[in-house]
Amino acid sequence: MKKTESKTLKVLLDPLWKNNPIMVQILGICSSLAVTVQLKTAIVMAIALTMVVAFSNLAVSVLRNVIPRNIRIIAELCIVATLVIIADELLKAFMYDISKQLSVFVGLIITNCIVMGRAESFALANPPILSFLDGIGNGVGYGSVLIAVAFIRELLGSGTLLGFDVVPRIFYLSGYENMGFMLLAPAAFIIIGLLVWLQRTLLNK
Amino acid sequence: MDNIISIFINSIFIGNILLAYFLGMCSFLSVSKNMEASVGLGLAVTFVLAVTTPVNWLVYYYLLAPGALTWAGLPGIDLSFLKLVTFIAVVAAIVQAIEMIIDRFSPFLYSSLGVFLPLIAVNCAILGVALFMVERDYNLIESIVYGTGSGVGWMLAIVSMAAIRKKLRYADVPEGLEGFGITMISTGLMAMAFMLFSGITM
Repeated sequence: MKKTESKTLKVLLDPLWKNNPIMVQILGICSSLAVTVQLKTAIVMAIALTMVVAFSNLAVSVLRNVIPRNIRIIAELCIVATLVIIADELLKAFMYDISKQLSVFVGLIITNCIVMGRAESFALANPPILSFLDGIGNGVGYGSVLIAVAFIRELLGSGTLLGFDVVPRIFYLSGYENMGFMLLAPAAFIIIGLLVWLQRTLLNK
Repeated sequence: MDNIISIFINSIFIGNILLAYFLGMCSFLSVSKNMEASVGLGLAVTFVLAVTTPVNWLVYYYLLAPGALTWAGLPGIDLSFLKLVTFIAVVAAIVQAIEMIIDRFSPFLYSSLGVFLPLIAVNCAILGVALFMVERDYNLIESIVYGTGSGVGWMLAIVSMAAIRKKLRYADVPEGLEGFGITMISTGLMAMAFMLFSGITM
């Protein structure tokens, strides 16, 4: 009993740090970096992606004995696409402003390699509950990197967090200025590079 | 005409699909290790984008957009929520067809591009361009130009990255930053260089 418990925990927790999908597996950096200019959009994106990965893992895992092997990619793609459409419509219905800001990037979750990657490498070979947890773990691991990047970019770039001013006025009065560069695309690449460096150095200790 | 030129330049430099919108990163990171493969994949992506973007335009505006089915006598139907699935299916089908056609008529081209074509079907750049085209309300001609320009821009980015990585092999990179980390940082520096074009207005 102890053993299964620790395995469940491992499946859930490993992707958060030791086997982080962006940092270690180098999956799915595509597309989502564009939403990291603000913390708010990054958080929404992280939640949407976690939901899609978790439920697509669950669905693929439930159906894993029914899907014929040679058409499995198409079957997985259909499941993922359906979930993404649901997520997209939900965002449009309840958070219209944010869905406008996320523009095409919600749709691009479909081609995000994490979703297909986890379905292929984990859900096809494991029972539903474990797969669901794996999906949540990977989604959160991925989301935490997005949120970390967005945190740095919004703090240094606009001096705000979630839209609230956090840099004290006294700083500005004494000559501090927001770093406009952080709001541009290149900053995201460089921050990711530095985060990877940090993570690898800490892991190798 | 001005408009067309401006879309073309914009999609290659200022709004580069990879450096400004982060699309197509996965294959960019894995393939840019190798110069020849980068050129091959770049050509293949350009070709596929130039073909699929206008086809997706036709599909969207004659089948899916709100009121698009007026020609079939169904003006009240809005299928635009299906665009994600449809675009992916169209891209996959076209890539498959292109592969078969190239295989039949040009064995030389097939041997140089062939291996990359299946990879492309899942490249986010292709789907991203189709979605941007819808969002920015391009017309048919503009969508052809935009598709081609984005492909050229992507190719420019991956080929320059391959060249940089070739030189990087001789560089003394700090431990932990090797590989993925330094690649991301050099991509960032390259993106900065591309941002210099953003002052240009046509």
